[in-house]
Amino acid sequence: MLELNAQTIAFFVFALFSLAGAVGVVSSKNLIHGALYLIVSLFGGAGFFVLLSAPFMAVVQVLVYIGAIAILIIFAVMLTRSMTNMTELFNRQWWMSGIVGILLFVLLTIGVILPVWGENGINPSQPVSDNVATTEDLGVALVDGNQYVLPFQVASLLLTAAMIGAIVLARDTDTE
Amino acid sequence: MEQQCINVIETMALCLTSSGVDPGLAQFISIFIGVILVAIFPLVLVIILIWLERKIAARVQDRIGPNRVGPFGLFQNIADAVKLIIKEDITPAGADRLIYNLAPIIATLSTTLMWAVIPFSPVHIGVDLSIGVLYFTAIGSIGTLAIMMAGWSSNNKYALLGAFRVVAQLVSYEIPMVLALLVPVMIAGTLSMQGIVVAQLGMWFIVPAFLSAVIFYISNLAETGRAPFDLIEAESELVAGYNIEYSGMKFGLFMANEFMHAFTANLLFAVIFLGGWSGPGATQLPVLGFVYLFIKTLIVYIPSLILRATVPRVRIDQMMSFNWKFLVPVAIVNVIMVAFLIQVTKAVGLAPAPGETDFLAHLPQSVILLLGNLVVIAGILTYLRGIGRKARLESTVVAKAHDVPQVAAH
Repeated sequence: MLELNAQTIAFFVFALFSLAGAVGVVSSKNLIHGALYLIVSLFGGAGFFVLLSAPFMAVVQVLVYIGAIAILIIFAVMLTRSMTNMTELFNRQWWMSGIVGILLFVLLTIGVILPVWGENGINPSQPVSDNVATTEDLGVALVDGNQYVLPFQVASLLLTAAMIGAIVLARDTDTE
Repeated sequence: MEQQCINVIETMALCLTSSGVDPGLAQFISIFIGVILVAIFPLVLVIILIWLERKIAARVQDRIGPNRVGPFGLFQNIADAVKLIIKEDITPAGADRLIYNLAPIIATLSTTLMWAVIPFSPVHIGVDLSIGVLYFTAIGSIGTLAIMMAGWSSNNKYALLGAFRVVAQLVSYEIPMVLALLVPVMIAGTLSMQGIVVAQLGMWFIVPAFLSAVIFYISNLAETGRAPFDLIEAESELVAGYNIEYSGMKFGLFMANEFMHAFTANLLFAVIFLGGWSGPGATQLPVLGFVYLFIKTLIVYIPSLILRATVPRVRIDQMMSFNWKFLVPVAIVNVIMVAFLIQVTKAVGLAPAPGETDFLAHLPQSVILLLGNLVVIAGILTYLRGIGRKARLESTVVAKAHDVPQVAAH
């Protein structure tokens, strides 16, 4: 049964943050408000990471998603003033994103929620995995030859390529 | 550590328990008082900081500074605070009310939250997070958000321009700052703030990580919007920048936050590079740690005040190219160099054992790293000399050709 302790309360607060934030993102007509709601939602996500004893992921969530990506979204929106106030709540592709959203929900329910909490699921009071990893383990895993060094390098290469691509696109072709 | 009641300051929860309070409640009271103290201390401290800054700036400009209210004008800022609080609170028409009112609170919050991970003494730290260094970087980025919210919601073009500059400046200078922070983290082998201070018991990190300390100091000046990087509120261009529409205590919060942030940045510098609370007798008598930490902070804080009062403001393009074309490459080279040298000293066997507090044990590795730093600095200076000479030659050629003084291309 659900017991009411500090952790459960914190969970519900963060759940409220992420869900209310997410609803705010799609329902607000002002894009800046939408971006700020996105930050609230991401903050809730960071809270979940803390509750899952993954402080590193929580801080990275705040640093990368709130500190960099959300701020750049706001920055981009600010530069396009005519877009800040939208008149329509839906655009022509709304049904497409609706289908994708429902599919994702079904997929997560079948793939994650049912195996753990379903009829034949694992006892939810037991942790899903005994493997408790610290930030140090994560760091080692990223540079260990037997673990994730290759995906890590590929991701870095991809990001570098994207960055160079952005610079090339943004560059003035006329000069020099 | 032995768990027993020594005195109220160091082991408050245990003392309360021994005097008959329920252990859970004692823990709660001790943490609660700690939170209140850590949160209020910077807010009270800022009153003295503003006085200090005004006095020093006045001396630099050959004035006396505040000298009417109280001895040496010490109470001037209390009078100012009272004035700010009772001033009319104006929200401009067309402002986004909620965001406009939320912005100063989030700005103050972002600085106050940083104090949670600062180790004041061996036993006094809000929370010793295993990712303390990343934590305050992340919290610092929320401050950027607050300034953007203020700039946008004010519905004022100067405020918005100020906010644009904030994004450009703070997001850019975060990169060399984080890269510079990597070096002490690598040497200490931990991201925890207390761990970093303990690792400095043998040798302060300013010696083996000299270049990182310089980069961190410079990017901190930019992060806190201090001269020569105070473009956020360049009054000659932007009137007052992002906080132009704010009045009363909301403006007061922004202003207090600015001073508080500058002090916090220097406090972090003292913790990460100057050994934090470490000093003679600090492990035996933790209260001494406070004293050492604040002396060290003032040693770096006061020069930053004098710097602010003396140097002119850089232009926005100069500021950006200084960051991207100079600080970031130097920081990257520095990280690679230090990582390489640390591995070399470990392989050779010169690296101190973890937890070693003896000065001599740290000496070989520190000297090697310092030499590495000096080689990089020499390389930078040679490169700069070349660039400077080229620019001067070009400018004389161009000036002769066009008969107008030219600004160097670099």
